[in-house]
Amino acid sequence: MTPTTRTRWAILGLTGPAYLWLAGTIFLPLTAMLVLSFLDKSPLVPQPASFTLANYQAYFSKSFYWPLTRWSIELGLWVTLFCFLIGYPAAFALAKRVKGRWREAIFLLIVLPFWSNALVRVFSWTMVLRSNGIVDVAVQSVFPGAPTIDLLFSYPAVIIGLVHSYLPYMILTCYIALQAIDDSLIEAGRSLGANRFTTFYRVILPLSLPGIVSGAALIFVPVIGSFMEPRILGGTKGATLGMNIEEQFTVTANWPLGAALSFILLAIVLVIFGILYPVLRRQGGGA
Amino acid sequence: MTGKTIDKMMSLKPVSRRRFVAGASALSLGAGLGMAPFVRRASANTEVKVLNWQGYGTDEAWALEAFKAATGLDVVHEYYNSESEMITKLQTNPGAYDVIVTNSAWNARASDLGVIQPIDTAQIGHFADLNPSFRDSPLLGTGGNVFGVAWVWGITAIAYSTEVYAEAPNSIEVLWDAKNAKRVSVRDDAIEMVNFAAIATGQDMNHPADLGKVKEKLLALKPNVALLWSSEDEWNKQFQAKAFDVSIYWSGSALRSKTNFQLPVGFVVPDEGAVGWFDGLAIGKDAPNVEGAHKFINYMIDPTYYVDWATKVGAPASANSKAMAALPDSDPSKAFYSDEAAIKRLQFMAPLSDEERQAYSDLWTEVKTEFAQ
Repeated sequence: MTPTTRTRWAILGLTGPAYLWLAGTIFLPLTAMLVLSFLDKSPLVPQPASFTLANYQAYFSKSFYWPLTRWSIELGLWVTLFCFLIGYPAAFALAKRVKGRWREAIFLLIVLPFWSNALVRVFSWTMVLRSNGIVDVAVQSVFPGAPTIDLLFSYPAVIIGLVHSYLPYMILTCYIALQAIDDSLIEAGRSLGANRFTTFYRVILPLSLPGIVSGAALIFVPVIGSFMEPRILGGTKGATLGMNIEEQFTVTANWPLGAALSFILLAIVLVIFGILYPVLRRQGGGA
Repeated sequence: MTGKTIDKMMSLKPVSRRRFVAGASALSLGAGLGMAPFVRRASANTEVKVLNWQGYGTDEAWALEAFKAATGLDVVHEYYNSESEMITKLQTNPGAYDVIVTNSAWNARASDLGVIQPIDTAQIGHFADLNPSFRDSPLLGTGGNVFGVAWVWGITAIAYSTEVYAEAPNSIEVLWDAKNAKRVSVRDDAIEMVNFAAIATGQDMNHPADLGKVKEKLLALKPNVALLWSSEDEWNKQFQAKAFDVSIYWSGSALRSKTNFQLPVGFVVPDEGAVGWFDGLAIGKDAPNVEGAHKFINYMIDPTYYVDWATKVGAPASANSKAMAALPDSDPSKAFYSDEAAIKRLQFMAPLSDEERQAYSDLWTEVKTEFAQ
């Protein structure tokens, strides 16, 4: 056996299980859903189904889908933005300023929310955000007579809950990217006369962009499909396309429509990333 | 999924409904399509094969022992996770089931499809003791044939805080009352909401003739709705935190909130009416053990069995008036479900076509979109 074929076998042996797993758990169900989205009947109905475009037409013919889609995308953008604004500085501090045992301790604190059930986290937020809740009581005790703070069942409440849920993704991906930046590059920039801001803008930010992009993708995609947090924290103010998709599976048992809506959401995500990709490539200097 | 099925689920385990449904739908697809060839045929005369929700009365070990001691019959179970799965199972495995638990909204669908057979009520000793409101419902039989024996039932009506309301609000209009701005909660469920708006506008709740009126009525709820609840657990938490004073809620859940969690909850069927549901016991087409099926149905509506079920495990209200009367006076559900006049005001959940379900879902989404603006 020549070394090249051996390498090839090694690659196949090492990556094969992962590809098989992905094919079995992602590709197959996704294909099944794609086929389902073109059927006129749910698979639970014993009559034979025929192919139709009606499920996709429904999205364009019914007036309420567009506002729901717009709100879902806006929610995704807001949550991603806040995760970046909060998460990036935290990741920077962790990667470049904090060392040793402290770093481990802080990491633990960041990952800690992941150890609890998502539903529990959301319900804890309802206790914090409501009037007469923890925030309200704290503010009232310091400033008696201040207007009551009742954030629960509002759009900001949904954003707060989602940012809290997804922030660790942004911190972890940015941390990995920032930590990989050689300190001597930063020193070189400084010694060549660049001030702190220029060094950050010309050296650190472009080099850490892959981390930001993967963090943003990891957050944006699940957030625009979210339905649990908007329902519990948003009350009537948390309407998303994800909630309507869920309803097609649980209330109307119209799986084909639910599948079609999911693929429309997927298409929207792909279009957004398709538009952003060249911009990010250029910014990242081909990284 | 209808309100009552969830009510039922919640009474058993504090499972999040969303998760339950997600898992159940995935399972049901496999169970409905793939497993059919492996279903074991019940051997006639020594077995009764029952199709029901898991953990819903028919599969209590102590009950099956008592039934075997009395009749010598073994009871074998198969389960469904949604009503559409039940129908699929009946269609794909004809002649496999003796007794099937069918909801009031699904019994007629099953009889129309010819997957259940008429029941000989003369063989059901306790049949005469059933409350006529359920026993004689057209939802359980047509053309002189009885396709389902009424078993258990419940109500979806108005729950209110007894701290806020000294007297029960007797009109459904309390939900729309301008005094209740941001003090109302309703369940995020299209069919239930269409039902209530139809009742409030004086229409048939299952098939309202004027959906425009229904939509207008629901849109008028906007200033009053504080939150949309989706599980009993969530309802209890929000009620305790005083997030709302009045809500559309399930009878069984209201009773649990009151007795198990000591919340100040009152429950009323308003003068205009409310939503009722009940489960029937049906016999499968070509059932292998028709005689055993009749015996098992009779046992299921037996007062002794019901009192044990209600007191040992917890059960919805029985359709058998004598069974309700046999409950100990200390049982809170005895008084709770004994208001005959309230039962008369209920409209019962009837079968809906797929088109109706979709229309109601679209209507409710449109209303929610308006709420969010």
